[in-house]
Amino acid sequence: MNLALTPEDREFQREVRAFFANTIPDAWKTTVRAGLRLPPETLTAYQRCLADRGWGAPTWPTEYGGTGWTPQQLHIFWSEASAADAPSQYHQGLELIGPIIFTYGSQAQKDFYLPRIISGEDWWCQGYSEPGAGSDLAALRTRAVRDGDTYILNGHKMWTSYAHVSTRMFVLARTSSETRRQQGISLLLVDMDTPGIRVSPIRTLDEKHHTNEVFLDDVRIPAANLVGEEGMGWNYGKVLLDRERMVAAATAMFLPQTLRAVRAAAARRRTSTGPLIEQPGFRAKLAQVEIEALGVQSMVLRLMADAAAGADSGPRGSMVKLRWSELLQQAMTLWIEALGPQAQHFEPLDGGGLSDDMPLALQGALFSRVTTIYGGSSEIQRNIIARRALGL
Amino acid sequence: MQFAYNDEQQMLRDSVERFGEEEWNAADRLKRLAEGPAGGRRRWAKMAELGWLALPISESEGGLGGGPVEVMAIMEGIGRHLMTDAYASHCVLAPALMRGGGEHCAVLLEQLGAGAIRIAAALIEDSGFDPASIRTEALANGGGVRLSGTKIHVEDGADADWFLVSARTSGSAGSRDGIGLFLVPCDADGLDVRRFRSVDGHRHASLVLREVSATPVGKMGEAADRIDLAMDRAILAVLAESVGSMEASLAATLDYVRTRQQFGAPIGTFQAVQHKLVDMSLACEEARALTMVATAQYTQTASDAALVAAAKVRVAQCGIAVTQQAVQLHGGVGTSEELVVSHHLRRQMMLELAFGDASFHKARFADASFR
Ligand SMILES: Cc1cc2nc3c(=O)[nH]c(=O)nc-3n(C[C@H](O)[C@H](O)[C@H](O)COP(=O)(O)OP(=O)(O)OC[C@H]3O[C@@H](n4cnc5c(N)ncnc54)[C@H](O)[C@@H]3O)c2cc1C
Repeated sequence: MNLALTPEDREFQREVRAFFANTIPDAWKTTVRAGLRLPPETLTAYQRCLADRGWGAPTWPTEYGGTGWTPQQLHIFWSEASAADAPSQYHQGLELIGPIIFTYGSQAQKDFYLPRIISGEDWWCQGYSEPGAGSDLAALRTRAVRDGDTYILNGHKMWTSYAHVSTRMFVLARTSSETRRQQGISLLLVDMDTPGIRVSPIRTLDEKHHTNEVFLDDVRIPAANLVGEEGMGWNYGKVLLDRERMVAAATAMFLPQTLRAVRAAAARRRTSTGPLIEQPGFRAKLAQVEIEALGVQSMVLRLMADAAAGADSGPRGSMVKLRWSELLQQAMTLWIEALGPQAQHFEPLDGGGLSDDMPLALQGALFSRVTTIYGGSSEIQRNIIARRALGL
Repeated sequence: MQFAYNDEQQMLRDSVERFGEEEWNAADRLKRLAEGPAGGRRRWAKMAELGWLALPISESEGGLGGGPVEVMAIMEGIGRHLMTDAYASHCVLAPALMRGGGEHCAVLLEQLGAGAIRIAAALIEDSGFDPASIRTEALANGGGVRLSGTKIHVEDGADADWFLVSARTSGSAGSRDGIGLFLVPCDADGLDVRRFRSVDGHRHASLVLREVSATPVGKMGEAADRIDLAMDRAILAVLAESVGSMEASLAATLDYVRTRQQFGAPIGTFQAVQHKLVDMSLACEEARALTMVATAQYTQTASDAALVAAAKVRVAQCGIAVTQQAVQLHGGVGTSEELVVSHHLRRQMMLELAFGDASFHKARFADASFR
């Protein structure tokens, strides 16, 4: 789906298409379509490749090394990336901490950190959640105590994705106790090589290593690593709300990748009356999901129009996240149905091979359960919509 | 219609419950899984001692002649404790396929009941779940029969000593005539066995047969009805497993939402959460009722295909919905390997595929009831 394109847009589209045609190896396809991350070193190489082309930070303004693209150009870029089975860029540096640094960070922080995000030199992880603070993030208990020109961090972070390969972590920690829990929280930048940090893997249902617990034990970091003002960390999260719509939009635009995988698997799968893709029952189910995906794509276009007009999107980002995550789960279910009994063959026990798409399709189907939990669970998104859009 | 177990069945259920608590305690689950086949052998020997392995085998073949309701009492405990021990495949499906199959079947069944051997059924091929759409050939050769073909999935076949293989003596794929059932030892010449682990800890296989010498079970060419009847019995068994598993998931989630605090209150006090739990309990109720009704109708000689197919479709839907919500309501920890809820979800996803998925059974239901 595309908006009306100007001749310049068309030229841009050709350029982007040509870039992806030469950049995305076939070997990435199944992993990407299953909504799983490629190995970190591969993603870093991909980031470097984009950076070399000047496209390392598609959503950033030019003054910080971004492309300065219009929402229209972003839409073209993501459409082409999606069509080429390109992976999503790892977002925790690019979309989460990067924008906070260029909005609230010191000049020194901007100069040091931003180029390293674009070049792929730094991999950032997000140290927000804790055992007792998930949906209710303001319940966090990790403490940062000022001691001269350092902060001493103590606490236990949970679900810190990719901490095991990260060079840096942005952490929300309590610097004082206030009556309002959202006050007294500060945002700190931590070098993962600092003594006192222990990363311990959390094993998840899909048997792929994504996430970790991070223990902070008297971790001393320079006081200069505080972002903005002490005690104001919660408010900086708000810049994210605005950018979240872009993350939701980009992710939703990658849904067709999964749907292509479903079609391919259903075309390969034999049944007693011909390929599965020709069975009316299956076609109807696939059509239903594709139709709903078109609905989401239309919602994304509206988000992009908001962004172009500089308008507040209200809860539209939450709405896209809700619909996108549910649809991804449905698409993955269809993929497994298309594989049939061979979805029961997850790991060969005597050196033999697996059927096409396995085990990635099943890992993707299992991991898709996470998308309605992380980044604000579906229940929390609904609460937000009830409050912000419906005024309930 | 009877919706409660009699005393004997209740005792059986209790003994499975004790076994489950000892052998498959949720806290030790990862250790159990890591033990692999060695642990499986130890538990199998215990189950033999308890008489469970011989329970579904008919008395005339040296078994205890337990019916589908007794099997249900065992299987729901297997589901509740999420045991990977392949009772439905080896102890329910295989004896049902071999029932009255001749002297050599009786000998093997006795060994099976004693836990000495395992037998798995190799029925489906690459053209779908319908046991009639097979092309594996059975050719007479001298005094015997030789099988050639490919079986893409053998449920719980990785540790089987024998395979029950369906093959054609005549007719073409799709025809119910000309299907035979044959016994093949796992080390037969010309047999290539590939083994796989599934995401629920079960261990399956696929077979390639090249002129493998085989022994017929029952009358050659007339196995289609035998296979359908046996499959229905195995399906009833996995329905009970599914019910046990979804009820355990609901119970674990109820416990969790009472203790997990967010926003200063147990999450179970939020109505959004309560309504989900109510829907989960409705699904459990519906699945148990359907399973009991479908189980009660089954006899050794006849099965209501439409009812069993309907139950297979609906119970699987309930099981997946309940366990997906169980994971969802646990939040992040719901997706962790450490907690048992996601193991239940994985099992339910695989149970949906075992012995025919929803599409296959919907078609079967329609064929049987829209005549
Ligand atoms: C694989 C994975 C990767 C992650 N990566 C990161 C990361 O990199 N960095 C990071 O900081 N965090 C990360 N997270 C954490 C994630 O953001 C949290 O899991 C999420 O915020 C939910 O918190 P929780 O797990 O504590 O669940 P809880 O908050 O305990 O929620 C449990 C259940 O209760 C529901 N619930 C809670 N409150 C309400 C309410 N008021 N009304 C209705 N329902 C409610 C929830 O929707 C959920 O269903 C990750 C999580 C996972 C699983």
